[in-house]
Amino acid sequence: MAAEGKVDPMHQFTIQPMFGSDGWNIAGYNVAFTNSSLWMAIAAALLFVFVAGGAKRQLVPGRWQMAVETFTGFVDGMLAANVGANGKKYVPYIFSLFMFILFANFLGLMPLGVLGLHPFTFTSHFSATGVLSILSFSIVIIVGFAKHKLHFFSLFVPHGTPALMIPAIFVVELISFLVRPFSLGLRLFVAMMAGHVLLEVLSSFVISSGNANLGLFAIAGVPSFILMVGICALELLVAGIQAYVFALLTCVYLNDAENLH
Amino acid sequence: MPQIAQLAATYSSQIFWLLIFFGFTFFAVGRGMVPKVMDTVAQRDKQIADDLLAAERARKQADEEEESWRKRENANRAQAQALIAEARSKAAAATEERLAAAQVLIDSKLAEAETRIAEARRSAAAEIEDVAADAARDIVSRVAGLSLDDTAVRSAVKENLVHG
Repeated sequence: MAAEGKVDPMHQFTIQPMFGSDGWNIAGYNVAFTNSSLWMAIAAALLFVFVAGGAKRQLVPGRWQMAVETFTGFVDGMLAANVGANGKKYVPYIFSLFMFILFANFLGLMPLGVLGLHPFTFTSHFSATGVLSILSFSIVIIVGFAKHKLHFFSLFVPHGTPALMIPAIFVVELISFLVRPFSLGLRLFVAMMAGHVLLEVLSSFVISSGNANLGLFAIAGVPSFILMVGICALELLVAGIQAYVFALLTCVYLNDAENLH
Repeated sequence: MPQIAQLAATYSSQIFWLLIFFGFTFFAVGRGMVPKVMDTVAQRDKQIADDLLAAERARKQADEEEESWRKRENANRAQAQALIAEARSKAAAATEERLAAAQVLIDSKLAEAETRIAEARRSAAAEIEDVAADAARDIVSRVAGLSLDDTAVRSAVKENLVHG
C-alpha cells in the first residue's frame, strides 16, 4: 500500500482466515482460524507463560514472581475495594479478564510490523469485546438471581424512591442496567479502534507527504511522525486503562449482584 | 469498517475462538495458577506475621528474664552487703576485745611499775636519811668534837627531813 502512496486506515482490522481454515465450520457456523484467533491464542499463550513463570511458589520471590504477584494483588485489591470480602472468589475471573485484555491491547501495539508480521488487536472488534462483556454481564445476572432470587429486582428501585415514582424509576434503572453490557464492550472496542485508526491516519500522512515532495514532508510528515511517537505512548496508557476499566466495571457490577445496594 | 462489514461472515469464528482461548486462560491461568500465586502470597504474609509475633514473644520473655535476673542480682547484692556488715561488726568486736585485754595488761603493768617506783622512792628516802644522819654526825664530831649517839642523830635528822 505504501508503494501506492495510499493507506487504508481500516484495512488493519480486516479478519482473514489463516492456514486454509476458511471452510471450517461447526453445525453450519463458520469457525475459521483467523488472524484474530491467532492473536487471541498468542495472548493466551503469553499470559500462560507469564503466570507460569511466576507460580514458582518461592517464599522469597524473584523478579518474575514479584511481577505476577503484583498483578494478582492488584486484582485482589480491586475486588476487595469494590465488592468486599465476598469478592475473593471472583479473583480468577477478573484476573483472567484483565490480563487477557491487557495482553491483547499491548500485543496489538507491538511494532512487529518491522519484522514483517501484522499485529492484530482483536479487542478492536466488538464481536470479541462483546463476548467478554456478555460473559461478565451473565455472571452478574446469574450471581444476582442465585443469591437474592427475585429480590434482585430491588436493585432497580433505589432507596427512598417515592411510591408514585417506582414504576418510572424501575424502567429507567432497568434500561441503564441492560445497557451495561453494550457500554462495557463498546467502550473497549471504540478506544482500541480509535487509537489504531489515528496511528494509521498519521502514518499515512507521513508516507503520502514523503512520497509527494521534501517540503510537504517537512511541513506535514515530520510533525505527524513526532505526534505519532507521542500518541504511541498515549495508546500504551490507553491499553492499560481500558483493560483496567473493563475489569473495574465488572467488579462494580459484581458488587451490585453480591450486595445489591 | 471491517468490524461491521465482516460481521456476518466472522462473528461465529470470533465468538468460538474467543471462548476457546479465554476459556483456556480462565481455567489454566485463572483457576489453575492464580490461586497458587495468591496462596503463596498469603503464606508469606502469614509467615511474616508469625515471625513478628514470635519475635515479640521472645522480646517479652527476654524482658521477663532480665527482670528476674535483676531481682536475683539485687537479692544477691543485699546478701553480700549483709555478709560484709556482719564481718565488719565481728571484726570490730574482736578488735575491741583484744584492745580491752591489752588495756588490762597495760593497767596491771602500770600498777606494778607504780608500786616499784613507790618502793624505790621509799628506799631512796631511807638512804637519804642514813646519809644525812652520817653526814650530820660527822659534821657534829668535827665541828663540836662531840660523839653523838647514833639513834639521837637519826631521830633529829628524821625530824628535820619531815618538818624541814
